Amino acid sequence: MRFSLGKWLLPLYSALALIFLLTPIVYTFVFSFNDSVKSNIVWVGFTLDNWTNVCDAQGVCAAFGTSILVGVVATLIATVLGTLLAIALARYRFRGRSVISLLLFLPMATPEVVLGAGLAAQFLTAGVPKGLGTIIIAHALFCLSFVVVTVKARVASLDPALEEAGRDLYGSAFQVFTRITLPLLMPGIIAAALLSFALSFDDFIITRFNNGGVETFPVFVYTAAARGMPPEANVIASAVFILALVIVVVAQTTSAARRKRLARAQ
Amino acid sequence: MAFAAFGSTAGPVEQAPRRRSWVALVLLLPGLAYLALFFLTPLVSLVLTSFQEPVEFGDVGQFQQAFKIENYATVIEAYWPHFLRAFGYAIVATIAALLIGYPLAYFIGVKCRSKPLLQAMLLTLVIAPFFISFLLRTLAWKQLMADDTPLVQALKSLSVLPADGHLTGTAFSVIFGLTYNFLPFMTLPIYTTLERLDTRYLEAGADLYASPATTFWKVTLPLSLPGIVSGTLLTFIPASGDYINASSSFLGSAQTQMVGNAIEANFLGLLNYPEAAALSVILMGLILVIVGIYVRRTGTEDLL
Repeated sequence: MRFSLGKWLLPLYSALALIFLLTPIVYTFVFSFNDSVKSNIVWVGFTLDNWTNVCDAQGVCAAFGTSILVGVVATLIATVLGTLLAIALARYRFRGRSVISLLLFLPMATPEVVLGAGLAAQFLTAGVPKGLGTIIIAHALFCLSFVVVTVKARVASLDPALEEAGRDLYGSAFQVFTRITLPLLMPGIIAAALLSFALSFDDFIITRFNNGGVETFPVFVYTAAARGMPPEANVIASAVFILALVIVVVAQTTSAARRKRLARAQ
Repeated sequence: MAFAAFGSTAGPVEQAPRRRSWVALVLLLPGLAYLALFFLTPLVSLVLTSFQEPVEFGDVGQFQQAFKIENYATVIEAYWPHFLRAFGYAIVATIAALLIGYPLAYFIGVKCRSKPLLQAMLLTLVIAPFFISFLLRTLAWKQLMADDTPLVQALKSLSVLPADGHLTGTAFSVIFGLTYNFLPFMTLPIYTTLERLDTRYLEAGADLYASPATTFWKVTLPLSLPGIVSGTLLTFIPASGDYINASSSFLGSAQTQMVGNAIEANFLGLLNYPEAAALSVILMGLILVIVGIYVRRTGTEDLL
């Protein structure tokens, strides 16, 4: 026994920290069942109406659709560009490598408000009208660095012998890449894409500077915060939460099952 | 990279260097072009905008390129309290998140190691807040801290809070919100380093008659330093630029405005682009200086 104190104090402290983290989630979920019309602040009564008629609140479903669209397109751009960058950085030695690494680190070290204002200033100078396109450009930018970090870790842990075996068997460079490298990188790429989508879906600050009049889901919530939140917003957030949680749990159990299978096979 | 600890990086396997550098160039070009066009150019554009002056007899929001360096003096004079609040709040929130996040990460990463299922479950709970709109979570706190809630009533009856006091709209609620919002960013990198911590070192410490506290200070803490540095940066940087928590419709009030609020108000409300740009440039510069000194002090440059 190393920490006699930690025996019960540490679990208790951790439980309190987790309760702190989860309280607002429970609150949001509970209030998605609130029988209120406009301002969802005081508990009125239990109803399922908000869940069955989500799109009744004006603009909430349209904003949700826009967020999905932006998330998917921005994720595609960031994942493709980021994967290529990650492979180049992990596999090749070339001059200026450290400069490129720094360049990829900087967007993560830049506060969102500066990124947002910078892009907005650029669009203003260039006379580009703000709208769906500028939101997507902005989202793909801040997702890019996170994709590179995630995929790079996967490339670095890849066994080069597998690709050598492919070449020994007379596979062309293209075949080796599509049949061996890419499938092996897939878990990393999927993880990066999911992270990227989650970042895009929840972004407000950068979006706010570049959205023109276009309403994403967080923009909807922000505007509604001032004039009264419809409970349908809680419904959408809770539904997305449950979906994401299911994805994570399924991913965890399947990878645990695979590990068990591999352990048995050995 | 300081953020590398964020993902569970297995130690980099040294790869055989390859010479076909044109392939590397083809792989790099699209991504670098994107960064040049939408990251570097905007930063330059921000600096240029910060020197602009109003067009004579022009409308609100019309500016022309100039070299009006006084813009910087103007914003520093007008907004220095905003800078103080931004960095003050961010530092306190970062320390609070470290004090909450480190024990949590230690519990999940070290104590729960023998129970993989529990470990995975607790880790999922730590990242769970990412799955639900952070604006709604912040609003939830606002409503939980509203004047007529049991929490506030209890604080008032215990005289912790004066009878006419409020929780929301104070420095406390803003720092509380910042701590809450960035806690997972603090916990995850620390968890990643602690999860790889070799517990035999701790046994060695005990074998050498070190008290648990000494073992912690001399062994555990130094070994988890990379995670602490990543976590504090991931908390401090976004917290100092945040304007949601401090805004009046969320946890703040007119007395808690941070630099982010000033940038937002000038850029989107007042259409005073040069001052918003000057504020952004100063904020970015200060953060880079602070992060540079911090990383050098903790001796973790090689993480970058």
